[in-house]
Amino acid sequence: MSDVTFHNAIKKDQLDEDEAIQVIIEGKEVAIINLGGEFYAMDDICSHAYASMADGYLEGECLECPLHGAQFNVKTGKAETPPATVDLATYEVKIEGDDILVGLPNG
Amino acid sequence: MTADQTFVVIGAGQAGGWTAKTLRDEGFEGRIIMVGEENFPPHERPPLSKEVLLGDAEKDTCLLWPKDTLDEANIEMRLGVRVTEVTPDAHTITLDDGETVSWDKLMIATGGRATALPVDGADLEGVFTLRTIDDAEAIRAKLTSDATVLVIGAGWIGLEVAAAARKRGATAIVVELADRVCARALTPEMSQWIHDLHVRNGVDIRCGVSFDHFEGDGGLRRAIMADGSVIDCDIAVVGIGLTPNVELAAAAGLDVDNGIVVDERGQTSHPDIYAAGDNANHPNSLLGRRIRLESWENAQNQAICAAKAMLGGEDTYAEIPWFWSDQFDANIQMMGLPEDWNETVVRGDRNAGEFVEFYLKDGKLEGAAAINNPRDLRFTRRMMMSDKTFNASDLADPDVKLQKLLKG
Repeated sequence: MSDVTFHNAIKKDQLDEDEAIQVIIEGKEVAIINLGGEFYAMDDICSHAYASMADGYLEGECLECPLHGAQFNVKTGKAETPPATVDLATYEVKIEGDDILVGLPNG
Repeated sequence: MTADQTFVVIGAGQAGGWTAKTLRDEGFEGRIIMVGEENFPPHERPPLSKEVLLGDAEKDTCLLWPKDTLDEANIEMRLGVRVTEVTPDAHTITLDDGETVSWDKLMIATGGRATALPVDGADLEGVFTLRTIDDAEAIRAKLTSDATVLVIGAGWIGLEVAAAARKRGATAIVVELADRVCARALTPEMSQWIHDLHVRNGVDIRCGVSFDHFEGDGGLRRAIMADGSVIDCDIAVVGIGLTPNVELAAAAGLDVDNGIVVDERGQTSHPDIYAAGDNANHPNSLLGRRIRLESWENAQNQAICAAKAMLGGEDTYAEIPWFWSDQFDANIQMMGLPEDWNETVVRGDRNAGEFVEFYLKDGKLEGAAAINNPRDLRFTRRMMMSDKTFNASDLADPDVKLQKLLKG
C-alpha cells in the first residue's frame, strides 16, 4: 500500500500560470502553484509567521510570503530568504485529465 | 584565516541578531560575542506594540530563533550588559562591569531609544515610553478596563498603543500636535481613514493639541495641555519618535550625521567597524539619497549585508523602504518614501477597508500605501523597481492584475 493518498484539489483551469491558490485538504492548508504550466504543492502557511503563502507572488521558482517577504522554493520547499529559516513541506502533484490531485502522506 | 579572530556585535535586536547569525551562516569560524543591554536573546520589536501589548502573545514570540539555533551557531551572549566605550585604535570595547573585550571586527547595532519628553512630571510613575520588552510588559499590566490611557503623539507606536488599550477595554485618548495622525508618513486621505478607524473603535483622538506637562502625587494623575485644559488619566504613553543610539560611535570618533554614517556595505568611517539598523545612515541608490531607516526589514537586510562585508563580501545594500502597522482589524502597509508625486490612484474600496493608494509621478510609481491588502502592496516594490510607467485607470481597476501590468 502506498504511503501517500492523492486527493482531488482543483481543476487545472482554476489556476492561471504563475499564480498560487490555497486549498484545504483533510483540514490542512496547502498551496498549489502553477509555475510556467507545471503544478507544485507545498504547505501554505509560512514557517515564520501566520500567513497564506498562496497570497504571495512568484519570484522565479520561489513563492514570496505576502507578510514579511520570506521566499520558499516551490519545487523543494526550501526557505531561500530571511526571515524564514525553516523549510516548508512539499507534496506530490498528479494531473488526471482536468483534475489536479495532491498527495498527502497517510497517517 | 578567520578561525582565530573575534567579531563582536553590540546589540541583540533585529540588526544585531541577523549580523551574528549571518556571520556563522557565511562560514565565519572565529568567536562571535554578542553584547546586549536587555536581558533577552536576539529579538525583534514589532510584536511589542501589537500582540504582546494585546496579551495575545508572550514575549518569547519576539525571539528571532529558538535556543537550539543559537546554541548551534555558537554565539557567546553577554546579556544585561552595557558597552561604555569603543576604542578603535586598541580594537577593544569596555563593558559596564569593567571588563575589556578585544575584537578584530565590530558591529554597532545599538538601534535607538524612545525619544524622551523633557517636561515636568515625565518621571512620574505611570508615564511610559514603549521600546523594550520590559516597557511592553509594564504597559500591558496597566491596560485594564477601568484605566484611562493617554497617548502623547499619533504616530505608529501611539496609535498601536491606543488600539491595544481599547481592545483591552480601557479608555484611550490620543493627543497630537499636528493637524492629523501620522502626518509625516501618510496622505491626508489615508490619515483620515485611520483617524476614522480609531473613532469607530472608541478612541478619542485630538489633533492640533499642544501637550504641556504631567501632574500627580508620586503617580500620574492628569496631563495639562498648553491651553490649560486638563486630561485626567491613569497612565500615559509617550510616542514621539526614536532617537538613534549613536553616542558610543560619536565618542569613538566615527562619522555621525543623523545616525552612524556607513557606506553601501555597512562600513563606518573606521574600516573594521560596521553599523546597521535604526542607528545607521546609508546611501540608498534606489532613493537617490542618504537615509536612516527605522524599519524591521531594513534592520534585517542591512545587517545581513554588513555581516557579509565584515567577511570581505562586496554585496551592497539598498532597498525600497517597507513599513507596516496593525491597528484594530486593519493591516496598514507602506512601500517607498514618496516625496513628490502628481497623481494619487485608489485601487479597491475605501469604505470596505481594503484598498491601495498608489502615488505616481508622470506615470512612474513613487510609492504606495495599503489598508488590508498586503498582497498588492508587496507587489508594488517590483513595479517600482521596473522602469515602466503605469496609467491610472489600469491601477484603479481591481480586475486588472498588477502582474499583467508589469509584464505588459
